[in-house]
Amino acid sequence: MGFFARYRILLPVVSLAVLLAATFYMQPRAMSYFGINLLFNLAVPIALATIAQMMIIMVNDIDLSLGAFVSLVACITATFLNDSPMLGALILLALVLCYAALGAVIHALELPAIVVTLGMSFVWGGLALFILPSPGGSSPGWLRTLMTVKPPYIPMAVCASVIIAVVTHLLVIRSGLGTVLRGVGGNARSVQRAGWPVVRLKALAYGLAGLFGVFAGMALVGLTTSADANIALRYTLLSIAGVILGGGEFTGGKVSPVGAVIGALTLTLAASFLSFLRLSPDWQIGAQGAILILVLTARLLFTRRDAQA
Amino acid sequence: MTIAAEPAAPIVALTGAAKHFGPVRALDGVSLSISPGDCLGLVGHNGAGKSTLVNVVNGGLSPSAGSVDFPASGATTALAAGVRSVFQELSLCPNLTVAENLRISHSALRGMNWRAPARAEIRAALDEVFPGHGIDADATVDALSIAERQMVEIAIGFAPRGTEARLVILDEPTSSLDAGIAEQLLSHIKRFCAQGGAVIFISHMLGEIFEVATRILVMKDGKVVAERAAGGFTRQGLVDAMGHVATEAAAAQAARVHGEEVLHTPEGLRARKGEIVGLSGLAGHGQAEALARLYLGATSSWRSPREAGMVFVAGDRGRDGLLPLWSILRNTSISILPQIAKRGLVDRDREAAVAAEWKKRIGIRTDDVTNPILSLSGGNQQKVLFARALASSAPVVVMDDPMRGVDVGTKQDVYAMIRAEAAKGRTFLWYSTETEEVCQCDRVFVFRNSEISAELTGEAITEERILEASFEMEGA
Repeated sequence: MGFFARYRILLPVVSLAVLLAATFYMQPRAMSYFGINLLFNLAVPIALATIAQMMIIMVNDIDLSLGAFVSLVACITATFLNDSPMLGALILLALVLCYAALGAVIHALELPAIVVTLGMSFVWGGLALFILPSPGGSSPGWLRTLMTVKPPYIPMAVCASVIIAVVTHLLVIRSGLGTVLRGVGGNARSVQRAGWPVVRLKALAYGLAGLFGVFAGMALVGLTTSADANIALRYTLLSIAGVILGGGEFTGGKVSPVGAVIGALTLTLAASFLSFLRLSPDWQIGAQGAILILVLTARLLFTRRDAQA
Repeated sequence: MTIAAEPAAPIVALTGAAKHFGPVRALDGVSLSISPGDCLGLVGHNGAGKSTLVNVVNGGLSPSAGSVDFPASGATTALAAGVRSVFQELSLCPNLTVAENLRISHSALRGMNWRAPARAEIRAALDEVFPGHGIDADATVDALSIAERQMVEIAIGFAPRGTEARLVILDEPTSSLDAGIAEQLLSHIKRFCAQGGAVIFISHMLGEIFEVATRILVMKDGKVVAERAAGGFTRQGLVDAMGHVATEAAAAQAARVHGEEVLHTPEGLRARKGEIVGLSGLAGHGQAEALARLYLGATSSWRSPREAGMVFVAGDRGRDGLLPLWSILRNTSISILPQIAKRGLVDRDREAAVAAEWKKRIGIRTDDVTNPILSLSGGNQQKVLFARALASSAPVVVMDDPMRGVDVGTKQDVYAMIRAEAAKGRTFLWYSTETEEVCQCDRVFVFRNSEISAELTGEAITEERILEASFEMEGA
C-alpha cells in the first residue's frame, strides 16, 4: 500500500500548509495573532457545516439543503433565540429532530437523498424568509462573547477548529457507534445482517448533521451579529467541497473529520489568498474552483500511482 | 446420521420449511435438524434452493410455511442462537479496519475503550483458524487481497463475539482461498465440530465436501432429494443425485454445419457463423463478465460504426435492458434508429412497421405497441428485448441469461426464434444458468473460477459432463 493511501490526511495538510505559506509570503502582516484570527474566523461556521455534510456523506447520501438550513438557523438565532431563549432553543431542537426524521424517511421509503434535500432546501429557505423578510436581528450577547473570545497565544478561530476536529474525530472515528455509522456507508447490508437497525442509524447520522448545522448557524450569527435569509446559501457547495478536499469520498463511508475541518480552512483561506493577489471578485469563484480541481487532481495522481506500485 | 442418538438437542430444527417468491417455490417443504458436532455438506445445482435454505436458517428470510426453531438455546432469533453466516459475496465494510469490522457484529463491545479487546479477539480468531495469516488487525479491509478478506470474514464468523458460535454457515468459503489456506480452514472446521460446534458447508469442490462433511444433503428444485452420511455417497453418485434434466433435444442438432469462425477471444471463447454457443457452469463464475467484456470491447468505441456488429440481450431487465418510461414501440426500435433515420430524423412510419412486424413474429401480447413497456408481463418484456436485438442486422447476438423469470411458453417461442435466426447465419453467445437450455447449444464452454474449464461440442454436451466440469473433481 502506498504512502498517500495509508495517510489520507497528508494531502489536505500539505494543501493547507502550501496555501498558508503563499498567503504569508504575499502578506507578511497576516502572520500575527490578529491576522490569523481575521483570516480564519469565518472558517468556524464553515467547518461546522462541513462536519454536518460529512455526517450525511458518511452514510452514502448528500445534503443539498445545508446552506438553506444554516441560513434558517441563523435567522432563528438572531430573532427567537435572542428575544426568548427558551422558545428559540426549542425551535432549534425541533429542527435537529426534523433532520433525524428526514434521515429515517429517506431510508425507509428508499428515496434519493439528493431529491429530498433539494426539496427541503426550499422549505428551509421559505421559513427563513418568513422569519426574517429583510436582513436584521441581532446576536445573543453570550454568543457574541463566545465567538469573539481572545484566548492567550492561540487565536479563537484556530482553537475552535482544533476543538471541532478533536471532538468529531472521537465521535466518528474512535467511538463504537461512529464505527458502525461508517459501516453503514461502507456496506449497509452487512451492518443490517449483524442485527443493527439501519433506519435508526441513518436517523442518528442525519440528526448529528442537523446538530452541527445548528452549531454552524449559531456560530455564523455570533460572528456577523445579524442574519439574513440568504446568509449561508453557498455553504451547501462549500461543505461538500470541504469534505472532499479533506480526503473524504462521496460513497463508501470514507470520511475524515480532521480532514473535513482542514478542508474548510483551506477553502476559506483560498478566498483571502485570492484577494491578496488583487484578483477581481468576479474571478474569485472561478479561481477557488481551480484550486479545488488542483488539489483533487493531485489526490487522483497520488492514488493512481499508489495503485500501480 | 442421527441414529446414534445425540443426547444434545439440535441447534436448529426446520420442520416443513417452505419459501415462495410469487409462484416460484424456492424452498419446498424442507425438514432438517442440525445437532452439535454435525458438519453438514450442502450441494445442489444453481437455483436448487441452497441459498434460500441458508437464509431461512440464519433468519434473513422468514419461511412462508413451516417453522424454524432453535431447541438447544431456546432462543427465538438465529443471531441469539449463535447461528453465524459467512456469505459467498464478500460482506465486510471495506472502509473499516479488520478490528472495526468485528465491532459491527459484536455489540457487546461497549465504551470508549473497545479497540484493544476487538483487536485481541480478531487476532485470536485469525490465529486459531489460519495460523501464520499475517493480517494486521488495524489494516483497512479494502487494502487486503480478496483471499485475506475472505479469511477475515471466516474468522469473524468463528469469533466468540460475546456469546459463542454454535452453528457457522459457510457458503463457498474456499472459492477465493488457495489450497494451503483452504486446508487450514477444513482442519479448523473439523476441530470446531469435534468441540461441539456445527457447520453447514456449501462448496462446489466435492473433494472438500467429502473431506469435512459428516452428512451430505443434496438439494434440487427447492427440495432435499438425498440426505446420507458422507460415506454413503460416491462422487459420481453425488453428481447423479444433483440433477436429471431430460436432454432429448441434444442429439438432434449435432449434424448442423457451420461457417467460418467469426469470434475468438483471448480467453478462448470461439464461435462460428450460424452457431449457438452456450456458456455454462455455476452462477457467478465469470460467464456474465466474459460476455460483458466481449460486448463492451466490441461496441463501446468513440466512433461507433453505423451498423452494430453485436447486440446484447439483457437478463437483468431492470438493470441492463428496459427503458422503463418508454413505450413498447420505442423500446423495440432503439437498436435500429440509425438505420431507419432519414437525414438524422427518425422515420416514424418505418419504426412503426418494424415494431408491428416483430410484435407478430415474436408474439408480444399487447393490443397496442404504443403502450408503456411496464404494462407487459415479465416474459413479454423479455420478448421485446429479443425483438430489439433481432431487429438489428448485427451478425452476433450476446445473451446474458435472458430466460430469467420467463414462463415456459415464452421460452419455447424464443428457442424456436433463436434456431431460425441461427439457421440464417447469425451467431448466438448464450449464457444460461439452466442446463436444459445449454444442452440445446452447438458448442458449450463451461466456466469455473472465471476460466474456461471445458469446451464441449455435439453429443458431448450432456448434463453430466457440464456438471463434472463445473465442480472441481479432485483426482476424479
